[in-house]
Amino acid sequence: MEIENQSETHSMMNTDLDLNAEQFLSFYLAGEEYGVDILRVQEIKCWENATEVPNSPDYLKGVINLRGTIVPVIDMRQRFGIEAIEYTKTTVVIVLKVEDADRERTVGFIVDAVSDVYTIESELLRAPPETGDSIDLGFVKGLTSINEKMVVLLDIDHLLDEEKISESQNLH
Amino acid sequence: MASILAVDDSASMRQMVAFTLKGAGYEVIEAVDGVDALNKAKGKSINVVLTDVNMPNMDGITLIKELRKLPNYKFTPMLMLTTESSMDKKSEGKSAGATGWLVKPFNPDQLLGTIKKVIG
Amino acid sequence: MSIDMSQFHQVFFEESFEGLDIMETGLMDLDLGAANDEEINTIFRAAHSIKGGAGTFGFTDISSFTHVMETLLDEMRDGCREVTREAVDLLLASIDCLREMLSAVDAGDEIDQVRKDSLQKDLESLLANGSGDSKPQSVQQTVESSKDETTSQGIWKITFAPHPNLFKTGNDPVRIFRELKTLGVLTSIVDISKLPSYFELDPEESYLTWEMKLDSECSEAEIDEVFAWVDEECELTISKLTEQVIIDDSPEEEITVVATEEKTEIEKQDSVKPVVARKKTNKKAGSENSSIRVGIDKIDALINMVGELVITQSMLSQISENFVESDLEKLRDGIDELERNTRELQENVMQIRMLPISFSFNRFPRLVRDMASKLGKNIELKMSGEQTELDKTVMEKIGDPLVHLVRNSLDHGIEMPDVRKAAGKPEVGTLQLNAYHEGGNIVIEIVDDGAGLNKERILSKARENGLVGEDEILPDEKIHELIFAPGFSTAAEVSDVSGRGVSMDVVMRNIRDLGGVVEIKSEEGKGSTFTIRLPLTLAILDGQLIRVGDHVYIIPLVSIVESLQVESENCNSLAGKAELYKLREEYISIIRLHKAFNITPDSTELTKGLLVVAESEGQKVGIFVDDLLAQQQVVIKSLETNYQKVDGISGATILGDGTVAMILDMTGLVHLSRNNPVAISNSQSLITEEAVA
Repeated sequence: MEIENQSETHSMMNTDLDLNAEQFLSFYLAGEEYGVDILRVQEIKCWENATEVPNSPDYLKGVINLRGTIVPVIDMRQRFGIEAIEYTKTTVVIVLKVEDADRERTVGFIVDAVSDVYTIESELLRAPPETGDSIDLGFVKGLTSINEKMVVLLDIDHLLDEEKISESQNLH
Repeated sequence: MASILAVDDSASMRQMVAFTLKGAGYEVIEAVDGVDALNKAKGKSINVVLTDVNMPNMDGITLIKELRKLPNYKFTPMLMLTTESSMDKKSEGKSAGATGWLVKPFNPDQLLGTIKKVIG
Repeated sequence: MSIDMSQFHQVFFEESFEGLDIMETGLMDLDLGAANDEEINTIFRAAHSIKGGAGTFGFTDISSFTHVMETLLDEMRDGCREVTREAVDLLLASIDCLREMLSAVDAGDEIDQVRKDSLQKDLESLLANGSGDSKPQSVQQTVESSKDETTSQGIWKITFAPHPNLFKTGNDPVRIFRELKTLGVLTSIVDISKLPSYFELDPEESYLTWEMKLDSECSEAEIDEVFAWVDEECELTISKLTEQVIIDDSPEEEITVVATEEKTEIEKQDSVKPVVARKKTNKKAGSENSSIRVGIDKIDALINMVGELVITQSMLSQISENFVESDLEKLRDGIDELERNTRELQENVMQIRMLPISFSFNRFPRLVRDMASKLGKNIELKMSGEQTELDKTVMEKIGDPLVHLVRNSLDHGIEMPDVRKAAGKPEVGTLQLNAYHEGGNIVIEIVDDGAGLNKERILSKARENGLVGEDEILPDEKIHELIFAPGFSTAAEVSDVSGRGVSMDVVMRNIRDLGGVVEIKSEEGKGSTFTIRLPLTLAILDGQLIRVGDHVYIIPLVSIVESLQVESENCNSLAGKAELYKLREEYISIIRLHKAFNITPDSTELTKGLLVVAESEGQKVGIFVDDLLAQQQVVIKSLETNYQKVDGISGATILGDGTVAMILDMTGLVHLSRNNPVAISNSQSLITEEAVA
């Protein structure tokens, strides 16, 4: 499988994109590697304190000031029902452009650490298998292998889906 | 590059005229009424004057009369924008010294054609 | 070259709406019978502009309709037609129709043909039954010409003898020749016989005559067109060498007019269709548009201020480079300067969004006039403070509520003339609209000298609708405020004129959404005064920072009545659930912020914290907090853009240290605590319950 390993993970790549390939930014969460469409990544920020929003779900850590705009920040571990940890020096917030039913929103996602940028040819994406596991599969776009490690590619637009959230919580 | 003074109290007309003429390579100076036009004409050397008739403060015909008094503008082509229903305005304009007229409403091509007739 | 004309449409619509406003105000101000020429001229010019623009941009319906109005106005300004009430009323109605037509075309909708045709017919018949002398009708008709338009190959003989002063109109024979050359092959012989000697020669005069031969397929009309402008300034003969035709060069209407008329008619047909078939733009009729006119002086002031800011900034940069402790004083000064610059800049930028309230008030003379005549009442409108400025968006949003309140005063407030007379009041009722600045707000008063609010009727209606208990006694202001309660207005109150689906509680809500309040003062038999108080801008809020545990929130200063230390003897509880505080003569419910928001406070003991007494929906509540922090002006940022609406929170802001703080929404907070069994809605009813307990 062809992969282009980019060392600079913080910038948007401008390589010749194969029409049948997609580029992903990957990150770590509790030892697992996940990927998101790089075109949706607005920026990557170091974690700073967020202001709590009253009566919000616990995976919503709060809101932050992103150059004058109020942006909600979601803790991915809590969103997936994985145990929460203390934030470390590598903890970052990936700011993504999420498309909702009627509009585009800017949302930050807290992850353990950022990994790399990969180019994957679409045909090499596998559909996720049916499992009764803790991760609801509605927001998984596909699976792929990189260096024999499994990388789960996420469908960002469904990460905030309310239904899926309650379902996944029921699975615990 | 020839410069044209476009005088009309209607912003949309001015914009349309300016856009059309600039697109054809002319320099365009806009004025909102006769007084404004007179001031701008005094400050610059203008090749053609295009003016509406009905305007506040100073109407088009008075403007032409005043411009003709200025030595630089004795022979400058000056065109009135008239409506087909105001025949008498045409002769009034001519007596004031207007070169000719352009009938409203006109489209961009008619405007360019007429200007070309006058400047070449 | 094809130009997309639609880029000019927006400007045309805007200026046309403005023009219609000018016409309307002008018409209403006209002194019937002693009309001022200049005033009529202004109205005429506005109509003329709209007609011209409409024609140019292909809106033929609008153009032809406006043309009839213009003709009427033309007669009036020339003194050929008397300015009668009938004519003014008809023109006013036509203005309304035009407004609708313009909005329709702008939105890509179909215009109301029926209405337009009917009004146009009325205008035309008024024109036909002209009062006074008739004027040569300037109706669009194709003109019969005596010129021949047939084309055939031939040789034309043209003699052209310009008058001496041809040049003085800016004309030049050379251009004429150039044009003739485009028609065919031109040869000419010049006659210099009239040329005087060199010393007598005036270079500004024309002495030459030309005899030309034009070999062309063109028609006589085309040749004539070339000379159209110089018609009266020359002796011209045109003849075909195969036949002798004498042309009289008396200036009659040009054939060009007919020719171009036909041509433009066809083009108009094509251009009208694209206008109608255009995708519908999301535009509300006339109320909100996204541009604003700003005086250039305001812009210049801004530019200056930004300049100063840049200077201060570079000065500060310089200081910070290679900073030594002795520079501290300079740094402080620099920061003070920065604060000054920023504040000035902020004030001036806010100024840009400010427009005089006259934009909103201007619709009222017409509205009052129409409504008064419809109702058969005599009403005089007095306005003051039209130049008072407020934010453009606030003004747009206050428009409808104002209209509703005015309608209400006219309909239910001011009595019929005979009723007034019987009560010893002047037959003419007075409605006053006042606007002025007070504190950081704009105050708008609607005052009428009518019948005042009928407390009995209001109370009984409120009791009917279950808003008030049967035996409840309310003070006057509370009774008056009932008309704003949701569910208050019923079919009996709603008349055709004032009740068009907008009820008083919507008015109240709209005003509240703008961060404003409305008060009523009314005396039966004497009249009522509605006072609206609005913040000057929407985006900035004066806030009181408060702290609960580790959390900082902001309460809008305008909602705060007072803050106090809790005295335990004033704390009460009701049925073990609700908490009340005795504030002098009344009991107010206590809202524990830590419970509403599920956060940890310093202490849950009321006496260890403070109570911020705030007002929400006319009721007072006490918000229990740990501490009061600073008061500051904050910029309101939306929480909903990227997240969603949160109960109890109206927005967020960014504090000086860059962190985000939530701005509390009083109304939402009250509802929130209602769901947590702590707060109670009507504190007044507790008095009776307390008495019972």
